[in-house]
Order: sequence, then C-alpha cells, then structure tokens
Amino acid sequence: MARSSEEIISSLDKAKIISLLKRGVRLDERRLDEVRPITVETGVVQKAEGSALVKLGNTISIAGVKAEIGTPFSDTPNEGVLIVNAEFLPLASPSFEPGPPDENAIEVARVVDRGIRSSRAVSLEDLAIIPGKKVWIIYVDVYVLNHDGNMIDASSLATIAALLDTKIPKVKVIDGENIEILDEWVPLPVRDRPVSVTIAKINDTLIVDPGLEEENIMDCRLTLTVNEKGEICAIQKGIGGSLTLEEVYRAIDLAEKAAKKIREALPPLPNLENVEWVVREEKEEKE
Amino acid sequence: MNSSRIPIRKEERPPRLIDDEGRRVDGRLPDELRPIKIEVGVLKNANGSAYVELGRNKIIAAVYGPKELHPKHLALPDRAVLYCRYHMVPFSVMERKSPAPSRREIELSKVIREALEPALFLEYFPRTEIDLFIEVLQADGGTRTAGITAASVALADAGIPMRDLVAAVAVGKVEGRIVLDLCDIEDKYGEGDMPVAMMPNLGQITLLQADGVYSPEEIKEALKLAMKGIMKIYEVQKEALKRKYIELKREVEEDYGKK
Repeated sequence: MARSSEEIISSLDKAKIISLLKRGVRLDERRLDEVRPITVETGVVQKAEGSALVKLGNTISIAGVKAEIGTPFSDTPNEGVLIVNAEFLPLASPSFEPGPPDENAIEVARVVDRGIRSSRAVSLEDLAIIPGKKVWIIYVDVYVLNHDGNMIDASSLATIAALLDTKIPKVKVIDGENIEILDEWVPLPVRDRPVSVTIAKINDTLIVDPGLEEENIMDCRLTLTVNEKGEICAIQKGIGGSLTLEEVYRAIDLAEKAAKKIREALPPLPNLENVEWVVREEKEEKE
Repeated sequence: MNSSRIPIRKEERPPRLIDDEGRRVDGRLPDELRPIKIEVGVLKNANGSAYVELGRNKIIAAVYGPKELHPKHLALPDRAVLYCRYHMVPFSVMERKSPAPSRREIELSKVIREALEPALFLEYFPRTEIDLFIEVLQADGGTRTAGITAASVALADAGIPMRDLVAAVAVGKVEGRIVLDLCDIEDKYGEGDMPVAMMPNLGQITLLQADGVYSPEEIKEALKLAMKGIMKIYEVQKEALKRKYIELKREVEEDYGKK
C-alpha cells in the first residue's frame, strides 16, 4: 500500500524514537507497557439502541448499535445476527479519503467482530424470536473520528461499550407466528467484555498501544483480544514484519496485563438475571 | 448464507469430532497433516506459479512481475509494490459463493500479502509491481495458509529474491484439544482456528491470526504444533522446487546429448 505524505516520517524522527525506546522511553514519555489515558462515554446518541464514544489518547472512535428484526442465516437458524462495520471517516485524518471501507477498515471491523464472536460476548441464542424465521439483527457501526494511532483498540473498546449500553424492546410472540414489540426495554445479553490490546514491534522492542508516530515506523503489529477470564479470544498480526515465538509469548503477557487495566474503563456487565427477551403467548382459537 | 435459498448439498455435523482413540473425522491423529502435494510452474503465462493440494484443498497461485506499475503515482520510490488477490471461485464451497470479493477475501488478501512481504527483497525492484493471484478451486479448511504455501513457491518460481520460503498451516481447537491442520468440518464445528505462517529457516512468524478461546499455555502448544507442521510443509515446498530444476536439467541434457 502506498503511504500518503502524512504517514511518512523523517529518518531523524525515526532514529529519535528508536534511540528513546532503547532507553525504555517513548516519545510521549509513556512506559513501554503503558496504555494512553482512556475515557468511555456511553449513551451519547439517544436515537441509537446503544452508543459509546471512546478516547484513547487522541484517537477517538464512536460506535452505535441499531437493532432490527430480520431473518437468520440458514446455517444458524436459532441465533440472532451480529454485524460489525467500521469506517475511517475523512475528517479523522488528512490521509483518509471518502469512499467505501478499504482493506484497513475491513480489517478493523473483522478483528473487532472476531473478539466479540469468539468470546461469545453477546449470547446470540437469546436473540432468536421465531427460530429459523425471525431473529434480532444487531448492527454495530464504528466510526473513527480522530486517528492518532491504534484504531483497532479504540474501535473494539467503543464496540463493546456500545453493546453494554444497548437496550432492545422485549418481543411477544403470539401463537408462534405473530410478533408484537412491547414497550419494555431490556439490556442486550452481553456476558463478557473482551478487550483488544495492540502491541507494536519497533526494532525488537515491544510496546503497548502504539501512537501514530510509533505506528508509522513499527515493523510489526500484533493484536490480542483478552476475555474476562484472561483467555485469548482473537489474534491478528498486522502489517508486514515478523515475530519470533518468544516475542509472541511476551506479547501475550503484555496483553494480559494491559487488558485488565483497559477493562476498568468499561461499564459493568448488565444484570441479566430474570431478563427475558422474548415472551410467548398462545391465544385460544375464537370462533 | 441467504435464508431464502435451500441448499442441496449438506455436510452434517458428525456426532464427535475426535473419537475415543484420538482419531479425527478424517481418521487423522491430532498432530497429523493431511496429504500434501505441490507442483511448480503449472501455468505457462505466469512468471511463476504453483499448485497445492492439501487434503481436498485445491489452490493455484500465480506471480506476474516485477513489472511497470500503473497508475504510476502508486509506485514506491524505494521498493516494489506487492499486490495480492486471494479469491475463491463460486463452486469451491458447498453453497455457491458470489464471485465478487467478500470482506473476508479482502482481509485475507491483506494478511496474505503481509505474510509474504517480509520474505521478499522488494527493495531490489523500486517503482515496480509484483502481482500475486491466489485462486481457491476447492476449499476444505485452511485455504489462506495453503494459499500462502502455494504463493511462496510461485514467488520462488518467478525468481523473486527471497530471504526464505514462507510455509503456513492452520492449527486449532477441536473438542478441547489442540490439533494440526484443520479440515473444513473441524474449522466449522470446532472451537477455534489459528492460521500461522513462518519463514521456517529464520524462525520468524509472518502470519498469526486466531479465533476461539485459548489459555496462554494453549497458544504456546498450538504454536509449537504449527511449527512442526510448517517444517514438514517446508520440506515439500523445497522438494517441489528442486524437482522442477532437476526436470529442467534432464531436458537440457537430453537435448544436448541428441546434438
């Protein structure tokens, strides 16, 4: 991929970053394993079923959830559908252009989706309304508003925060075929809070949560998504470059530690005890 | 995927993916690779090409270039651009796949390119382009990794200078066990898939992805198992490349002998 002028970094800056890293210091004075300050604000868009604005340093992502009732995929007739889409808005960086999502945006969406899906963060079986016919379709759209490095982590954080914020109406199924949408809103069945941690390799040094300058000179990128139990539920190596086994193990260690810290910024899991998403009613036949 | 279609070919989920004796759905042991076959130089028009069969996977890769890049503004002043397209033909899977590139294929094209770039001396060919096309003719689980295996042989066949070949295999988790080289059914009904690519001689990982849930220890186990499979595939790759040149040598000698 051709790099635009904003992404080209002078060899002086590159040398400076590398010489700092050798001493264990980063350009913005962070420790090598330190994540930038995080703020998570939920409920920022009232017309969405759930939303969140996440700031990871100066990287800003906004995620919104919209829900609708539709048909399930034929291979999963008894499950709701979750669709994650990501776009880099042209207002987010001088190097972004309008147009359909490019391979980078598609990669972000698919890595975010993988973490949510693998950890079964949203229990899709609770979102079947009439098995095989009608299910909840949950769309998460993530938009990067300002790109200052590590859009994957900012976007995955915004996504899970927006899902945690989401409320959908309870649905009544009459005689197994008619649907009535009730005016009682229940939380989405979110049962885990996977957190992605992106690690950059610059000249054999591993750093957590790369900023834009670091991203522009990194040799390799590894994203690990960690669930509440500390298990890894998604991996994605990105850009060129390569890693040794040792480096992967070290990255897992870094990710486990950072994930705990990052998760503190998220809202708690909803209380799903006694929550019903679908109620069924059989009406007696009238003459 | 579309619910309005009624599929006519179905593969049922077998009741068990690993039996009591530790045999998998296709009779393999957990650390066993499927039969693999690699052929070099299968397409005459391409500068380099390779065909890989891994189990029921049938994948063909072709390389064109280094050549002039159009439009010119995309050229890089210090190295060649590697363009990679991973594509599945519509009949390669049970349910017809639209021929248009899916989001999955766009992502895979990207990660495959990134898995191969570290092996190539792209800096030897500034301002040019190297095109790599991977066509999946039949998919049976692990197509991206088999695609990388094929592509790296095709790149070597095209004479692109390389640091090492790239060999790749998927490991994964099936019924709680870490297994090598997932087939289609294990990929679909198992608990996780972890594609890995390496430059085996250099001990460098160039592709690493995973879905499913793993403890850190399981990841270590999976990577070690992947490495084992990759070493075997690496040998088959080298054999295939050598075979081509032995054949070439024989042909030349025969011609020379006649004269």
